[in-house]
Amino acid sequence: MADGGVARFWREIPQRYNFIGNKCESCERIFFPPRESCPYCRRKSMGKMKESKLSGKGEIITYTIIHVSPENFEEQIPYAVAIVKLEEGPQVTAQIVDCPIDEIKIGMKVESTFRRIQEDGYTGAIYYGYKFKKTEK
Amino acid sequence: MRDVAVIGVGLTKFGELWDKSFRQLTAEAGSKAIIDAGIEGKDIDALYVGTMSAGRFVGQEHVGALVADTSGFSFEHIPAIRVESACASGGVAVRQGYLSIASGMNDIVVVGGIEKMNDVGGTAATGTLVTAADQEWEAFFGATFPGIYAMLATRHMHEHGTTKEQLAQVAVKNHANGALNPHAQFRREIPIETVMKATMVAYPLGLLDCSPVSDGAASIILCAADKAKEYTDNPIKIIGSGQASDSLALHARRDICTLDSTVHAAKMAYKQANITAKDIDLAEVHDCFTIAEICAIEDLGFVKKGEGGKAIDNKITTLDGSLPVNTSGGLKAKGHPVGATGVAQIVEIVQQLKGNADKRQVPDAKIGLAHNIGGSGASCTIHIMEAM
Repeated sequence: MADGGVARFWREIPQRYNFIGNKCESCERIFFPPRESCPYCRRKSMGKMKESKLSGKGEIITYTIIHVSPENFEEQIPYAVAIVKLEEGPQVTAQIVDCPIDEIKIGMKVESTFRRIQEDGYTGAIYYGYKFKKTEK
Repeated sequence: MRDVAVIGVGLTKFGELWDKSFRQLTAEAGSKAIIDAGIEGKDIDALYVGTMSAGRFVGQEHVGALVADTSGFSFEHIPAIRVESACASGGVAVRQGYLSIASGMNDIVVVGGIEKMNDVGGTAATGTLVTAADQEWEAFFGATFPGIYAMLATRHMHEHGTTKEQLAQVAVKNHANGALNPHAQFRREIPIETVMKATMVAYPLGLLDCSPVSDGAASIILCAADKAKEYTDNPIKIIGSGQASDSLALHARRDICTLDSTVHAAKMAYKQANITAKDIDLAEVHDCFTIAEICAIEDLGFVKKGEGGKAIDNKITTLDGSLPVNTSGGLKAKGHPVGATGVAQIVEIVQQLKGNADKRQVPDAKIGLAHNIGGSGASCTIHIMEAM
């Protein structure tokens, strides 16, 4: 998806590898991905957005099973993509893995796992980041 | 602010138009509208053209000037502006043209919408459409554009009990309407079983829950309302214009099942028109996927939140219903050349309000609404029109 440039991917490594978001010290809200300013406090949040690591734990709000995908994801078809509400509040879009597709449902507790996301063909860059799996009891 | 009216419309056929180029389509729609309005090149103060991604679909940017040139106005040197707001590019172009006249800056403008999507293959088209979503935080992780609307559908089914059959009814209805529209890409009815059994694209959305990849162009001529009768006997006045934005990613919204951009743009347009949803006689809404029509009729206030799935069984949105929706066939059956869509919706409403919609004519249509969405709801425009 990014012919030629890898900087746009390594720039996002803290977020995609380690779930680093940020917190507005004015209203205490946590954001992921991190924001330049808080949309609730705006100018009051300037200089008050502090790095904050998220737990990567949450629950499925909604999901889909992808059967037609862009080229970089074709080998993974069919795969599940969900919106996960994290314990700290933010919601993210990511794949659900290590679970039969028909067991996925809204409300399922999940936790993040570090995985290969996609690759630029056989010789291109491999991109990593988070997916989610069912939380072990 | 001055009142603004539509005095001419033009449309190409929508579909897989292998023998027509980007340039030919835009010139065809534009010249039809100019002739329909009875204006000449020297009357035109500005040209606005909406296109989502001419750069990726046909490898051409700078299409404002290109469209003016192609339409034969290179010697008139009129200002030509390209507008981009993903699938709402057409609607935003209409609003920009509208504002330029309302402000007093221009008297007559041409607004065009165009997309030529079939010059690239299906995979490239899918890759381009997902640029309307959040590239870094949705698409990077494998979400596709149908997949994002599919997640909206899954949640709607969970919260409101909407069924896959109710989704399918939207496609069946819009195909029945499209069958009556000579410009539509799909001019045939489809049985509900075919929609239900169609190849899965992104659960719960099958192939026939999705609008197609299309080529096509649309154009309208806008004119200061006090001058409109110099050109036509039946101008159609824009009585309300609204636009709103929202987060690019679906996951960052207040409520997954509500497109707040629609709610806010509708509020703005209804207020300006001094009407409520109850006064609308017909609407063209953005049904890029079947679930999108269900959300649209809820968020526009035609039915209560959660009741959208029942609108067809309850004979509300059908052609013979109390508030017919997508009489043109909608994006589903008429086709969805993305940049053209927002302009083509206005063309359908104008034809209906003039009584020119033939077999799909809504009797006694007085007030019509056009609703255009960009992405999964990050942009929305709404225009309300009435015969003068």
